[in-house]
Amino acid sequence: MPEAALRTVVPVPRRELHVGDPVAEARGLTYSAGGKRLVDGVDLRLPADSITVVMGPNGAGKSLLLRLLHGLIPPTAGYVFCRGQPLSPELRKQQAMVFQRPVLLRRSVAANVRFVLRVRGDSSRERIEAILNEVGLLPYAHQPARLLSGGEQQRLALARALALSPSIMFMDEPTASLDPASTAAIETIVRRAYAGGTKIVYVTHDLGQARRLADDVVFLNRGRLLEHTPAGSFFEDPVSREARDYLAGRLILS
Amino acid sequence: MQDFGEAFGLAFRLVLSADPDLLEIVLLSLRVSLSAVAVACLLGLPLGAAVAIGRFPGRTGVVVLLNALMGLPPVVVGLMIYLLLSNAGPMGWLGLLYTPTAMIIAQSVLITPIVAALSREVVEQLHSEYAEHFRSLSLSRRQAVAALLWDARYSLLTVGLAGFGRAVAEVGAVIIVGGNIDHLTRVMTTAIALETSRGDLGLALALGIILLAIALSVNAAVMMLRVTASRYAYA
Repeated sequence: MPEAALRTVVPVPRRELHVGDPVAEARGLTYSAGGKRLVDGVDLRLPADSITVVMGPNGAGKSLLLRLLHGLIPPTAGYVFCRGQPLSPELRKQQAMVFQRPVLLRRSVAANVRFVLRVRGDSSRERIEAILNEVGLLPYAHQPARLLSGGEQQRLALARALALSPSIMFMDEPTASLDPASTAAIETIVRRAYAGGTKIVYVTHDLGQARRLADDVVFLNRGRLLEHTPAGSFFEDPVSREARDYLAGRLILS
Repeated sequence: MQDFGEAFGLAFRLVLSADPDLLEIVLLSLRVSLSAVAVACLLGLPLGAAVAIGRFPGRTGVVVLLNALMGLPPVVVGLMIYLLLSNAGPMGWLGLLYTPTAMIIAQSVLITPIVAALSREVVEQLHSEYAEHFRSLSLSRRQAVAALLWDARYSLLTVGLAGFGRAVAEVGAVIIVGGNIDHLTRVMTTAIALETSRGDLGLALALGIILLAIALSVNAAVMMLRVTASRYAYA
């Protein structure tokens, strides 16, 4: 086969979910660093009433996409919208984010929750206790947050995010370093938050977890959006070769 | 030459007898230096924190300047404050020269850059840890500074301590603006300098030992506080 034929660019198969009224939207979203496009022209519309799971191999740009959607970093090009409006500080207050490694203040468990509540207003003791009770941390209220176990720390981070009553919660591999029981606890809380009306955007590498949680799946590779599709069809019948390789546990070499 | 044993003996006798002259000198030293630390912290901590989280043109220059000012020679600071406060100076009308207040001002000028530069470093480190969480919460700069200063409080104690150590041990600035006047502006370091020049090495050494003991015990107290704090993962 002539070499030129091998180099022919095959159009990337792409499948997009039809979303009527997106809660968050990216248009031509691009982020470059060091001369590389780490997020490359992503157009994405996230439905309000679903748990969206973002998947893709390491370096696909999943965490970056989350940070861009949440407004933690400014895009190099493109736009982010929240409820049809350009993302503003006011709209960002309706959002919360949970990180892979929980960032806990050097304070007690209760004081960590009190801090975010104070930023937003109501920091009554009853409210703090209700929130801690929700995630099963009430007995540890007065303990130093940083002496909790990894799973408890992440639950506290989640409690703190939920204390903001966000309409969208971005979660960046929150269970990546947790044991199965702690992971299950986090998933339960996430589902409960979703049932309470919070849109969830969840990055994970854990296929089992993705199958358990996802309503729709966003698949990224090398900064590009390859698929955004209902979870069922993503897992049963991925369109892109990259997604097929990823699901089969093969290294994506392209 | 009187030996150390004799000096220790004298120091203990002076302390145990609660010699009123000695007590006056020690208390004035503490008053001046602790006041200077308080002023330096009031100015230096917010300044250091603001520089730590701020992103503005010329920031690197400010950081370099703060670090450089840590090495201000006390005599130069003393001289500057002297010129300001002397009768011919712009603030001469305040009549502060040769008063403890002048000494507090001089020491504050001397250690504010120390507190600011060191707290900048401490706060910047903590901020790198907290930054994403704070940005996610859309905290205002003021809220972020307040939270960072509070969470870094145990590390900042050491910063205050460094300032106190520098203040209580310096002689150049206080002797110029204070004048080492007996019962008025005589502090431990100026007294040591005077007694040494007068040849009363025993008394000078005794004062030196007390100065060291104060520095040691303040350090030990702060260290204990920090150890306790880190046991609770608060530091």
